[in-house]
Amino acid sequence: MGFFDRTARSLLLGEFVSSFWLALKYFVKPKATVNYPYEKGPISPRFRGEHALRRYPNGEERCIACKLCEAICPAQAITIEAAPRQEDGVRRTTRYDIDMTKCIYCGFCQEACPVDAIVEGPNFEFAVETREELLYDKERLLSNGDRWEYEISKNIELDAPYR
Amino acid sequence: MPKLTVDGIEIEIEPGANLLQACEAAGKEIPRFCYHERLSIAGNCRMCLVEVEGGPPKPVASCAMPVADKMVVHTDSPMVRKAREGAMEFLLANHPLDCPICDQGGECDLQDQAMGYGAGRSRYLENKRAVEDKYMGPLIKTVMTRCIHCTRCVRFTTEIAGISELGATGRGEDMEITTYLEQAVTSELSGNVIDLCPVGALTSKPYAFRARPWELRKTETVDVMDAVGSNIRVDVRNTQVMRILPVNNDDVNEEWISDKTRFIWDGLRRQRLDTPYIREGGKLRAAEWGEALALVAQKMKASQPARMAAIAGDLACGESMMALKDLWDRLGSPHLDCRQDGARIGGGERGDYLFNSGFAGIEQADALLLIGCNPRWDAAVVNARIVQRARHGNFQAASIGAPFDNNFPCSHLGAGPGALRELAQGGHPFTSVLQQAKHPMVITGMGALARPDGGAVLALARQLAEKVGALGQEWNGFNVLHTAAARVAGLDLGLLPGTEGMDVPAMLEAAKSGAIDLLYLLGADELDLNGLGKTFVVYQGHHGDAGAHRADVILPGVAYTEKNGIYVNSEGRVQLGVQAAFPPGAAREDWKILRALSDAVGMTLPYDSLDALRARMIEAAPHFSNVGVAQRARVSPLTDPGETGDAPFKTAIADFYFTNPVARASAIMAECSALANEMKKKAVRAHG
Repeated sequence: MGFFDRTARSLLLGEFVSSFWLALKYFVKPKATVNYPYEKGPISPRFRGEHALRRYPNGEERCIACKLCEAICPAQAITIEAAPRQEDGVRRTTRYDIDMTKCIYCGFCQEACPVDAIVEGPNFEFAVETREELLYDKERLLSNGDRWEYEISKNIELDAPYR
Repeated sequence: MPKLTVDGIEIEIEPGANLLQACEAAGKEIPRFCYHERLSIAGNCRMCLVEVEGGPPKPVASCAMPVADKMVVHTDSPMVRKAREGAMEFLLANHPLDCPICDQGGECDLQDQAMGYGAGRSRYLENKRAVEDKYMGPLIKTVMTRCIHCTRCVRFTTEIAGISELGATGRGEDMEITTYLEQAVTSELSGNVIDLCPVGALTSKPYAFRARPWELRKTETVDVMDAVGSNIRVDVRNTQVMRILPVNNDDVNEEWISDKTRFIWDGLRRQRLDTPYIREGGKLRAAEWGEALALVAQKMKASQPARMAAIAGDLACGESMMALKDLWDRLGSPHLDCRQDGARIGGGERGDYLFNSGFAGIEQADALLLIGCNPRWDAAVVNARIVQRARHGNFQAASIGAPFDNNFPCSHLGAGPGALRELAQGGHPFTSVLQQAKHPMVITGMGALARPDGGAVLALARQLAEKVGALGQEWNGFNVLHTAAARVAGLDLGLLPGTEGMDVPAMLEAAKSGAIDLLYLLGADELDLNGLGKTFVVYQGHHGDAGAHRADVILPGVAYTEKNGIYVNSEGRVQLGVQAAFPPGAAREDWKILRALSDAVGMTLPYDSLDALRARMIEAAPHFSNVGVAQRARVSPLTDPGETGDAPFKTAIADFYFTNPVARASAIMAECSALANEMKKKAVRAHG
C-alpha cells in the first residue's frame, strides 16, 4: 500500500466509518440474549432436567419397583427399597431416593423405565441453599410429577414418533 | 460305550445317557425348561431340540432321546435354531411378559433363553390366557399365569418330597398346576420348588418384591438348622440376609434344603443381642464389654473350679467350643458338656456316634431300620434320600419309636426298647429281612438316645447291626442321626464331662440344689432353666431366648451367617462356614469373647488368630484338617447293652419349625408352625 492510500483513508475517517457501520448493523440485528428469568429460551422435548415420578390418570403411582433405573444408574444416585403394598399386596416401592448431587443427568433411568414412571422433566430451576435439599425422596419426586405432569406428558407425546 | 459326534466333536458316554447329557459332555449348551438332572424326564417343553443325522427329518427332543453308537448330532444347525425359535414363541404366546414386576426377573431361565434362542419379536396379537393363582401355603407365592407347564414342581413333590399334593389338571392351553384342595403343601422341602421353577410362577412369599438378584452379595456357607450340614448360599443386601438358597453337594444335600434352612432368615434380624447386659436388681441393663467381662472373671475367680459348669449349645461352631474346652481345662473344672438334650453318646471311637454309611450310602441300602428317629423332622434332606431309595424298589423300611407321618412305605415294629431287644435277639421277621439284605442300615435317632438308658439303647442297636452284618469291611450301615449341628464337632473335640464331671441333667440338678455357683451357657437354650436359684448364669449367644432370659450376664455372640466357623455334620464331614453378613452392634465372634474372657480371668488362651485356633483344633482332633471329607471312622468293640427301661421312644423334635433360638425368633417359622398344627388338628377331626 502506498503513501497516498494510507493518507486518503485516514483523512476520510475509514476506520471510524467501518466500525460505526458494524455497530449500526448489530444495533438493528435481533438479540441473542434473553432477559432471564423473565424470559426463557426454548428447550427440546428431550431436555433432561429435574426428575419426577409420574402417576396414572387415576392417581395410581406408575412405579412398580422393578429397580431397573437403580441398576442402570451410572452414578449410583438412585436407592430403592420395595415390598408388597400394605393395602393390596401389589409391588410398590417403600423408598425411592435420588441423590441429585450424584446424578449426572444422563437420562438412563427414564430409558430403562418400562412404565414411564421416572422421567427427567423440563424443569432446570431447582437450585437450593443446602445440600440436604438435593437428596430427593419419593414424596418429593411424586409431587414433582404432579406439578409437571402436563409438560412431561406433552414432551413424551412429541418424542414418541422418534422412538 | 457308545461313541457319537456332537457338532464335529467326538465323545464317548456311558450307555443309557440321553442326548442332552452327551451334548453337555461335548461342552455344548442345550436350552431346557422341563429337564432336570435329579428329576424324571418329562419331555414337554420342547426347548432342547437338536438335529440327528440319518433320523427322521425333524428335530429331536434331546432330553428324551437315549444315545446310540455312531450318532451324528447338530446343536446349532439352521433347523435347530428355527425349531428353538418356534418352541420359544409357543412358550411366550401365553406368558404375560411382566418381568418388571416378577421376582424371578434377573435369574429367570425363560428370560435368559428368550434372549439367547428366541426370535426377539412377537407375532402374537391375540389375547393371552389368564390363570387363577393357587394357594400353596405361607412360603410359596404363585402367579400361575406365568407357568409354562414344565411340571418340575409336580415331579419334585412326588419323587423327592414324597407327597402327591401337586398335580396338573386339563390339557393344552387349559392345563393348570394345582394343589387340588387349595391347601398348603405339607412338606418340609416345599421351598425347593421355588428354585426348580424356571419362570416366576412359584416364588418365595416372604422374599416377595424385596430384592433383585443383582443387588445381592452371595456367600457360600454351611447350614446349622439340623445336623445335615446342608451347603447353602446366603444372599445379603446391604447388611441384611435377604434369602438362603441351596448349593449343590452330591454327598450331603444334593441340591435341596429344608424349609427351616431356607426361610430362617427373618429370625436373624429379630431378638438379637447386640450389646452386653448385666442383671442388676432383677433387671438387665446394657453394659460395656470390659465391665461385663470383668464381672464374669470376678465370679469365676471367686468360685472353686468344681463349682463351675459349662454347656455348649446346638448352634456353636467348632472354634468356640474348642476355646470353651481349653478355658474350662485351664480353670480345672470337669463339668463340661455339649449334649444339652442329655443324649448318651460320645467318649468312645468316632464311629460310635456318626452316620457311618454317609448320606449317599442310603442309595445303596436295601433294608432300613429307624430307631427313635423321625427323619422327616430330624433331617428333612436325608428323608428325601430315603424317599428316593424307596421309590427305586427292592427296599424295606421299618421303624421303632413314636409313629411319624412317613412318606415312604415303613412298617412300625414297636414303640420302645423292648421291640429293639426282640430284634437284636433274632427271631423277629424284620431281623431276617435285615440279615438277607446286602446293605442293611440301622439309623438311631436322638429320640432313642436322649434318655437315661440311651447308652444301653445305642449298644442294643449296635448289637443288632453286628448281628445282621451291617458292620462289614466294605459297608458300615450302623448310623446315628443327630439333630444338633454342633453335636459331632463337640464330641470330636471332647466337650464331655471329665473325671467326676457332671453331664447336663446333673449340672441342672446341682444348680438347683446350689452345688454349683456359675453356669456358662454357650448358646444353650433348649434347657429348663427354671429354679436355678442363686447360680450365676452367664449366657453367650446371639438371640434373646431361654438362656438370655435367665442370664445374669449376657455376652452377645454372633449367628452362623456372621462368622467363619467349622461345623461337622452327622456323617463326620468337616465343613467351613463363611461369614456372609456383619454382626449387629457390639456383638463379637464367639471364640474372641472366650479369648477375651480368658485374659480377664488371667488364664490367657494361647491363640490370637483364627488360624492359630484352628491349628489347636487340628492338634486336638486331626480330622479337622480334612475339610469337606467324611473320613471313615473306627468303632469301639461291642459291649453288653445292659438293662434298658420300658418307656417308649419319644420324638427328638417337638416342633419342626421351632428347634433353635433363630427359628423361635422367626415370624415365618411361627406361621408355618401354626399352620402345621392346624392341619394336624383338621386331620384328627377328619379321621378320628
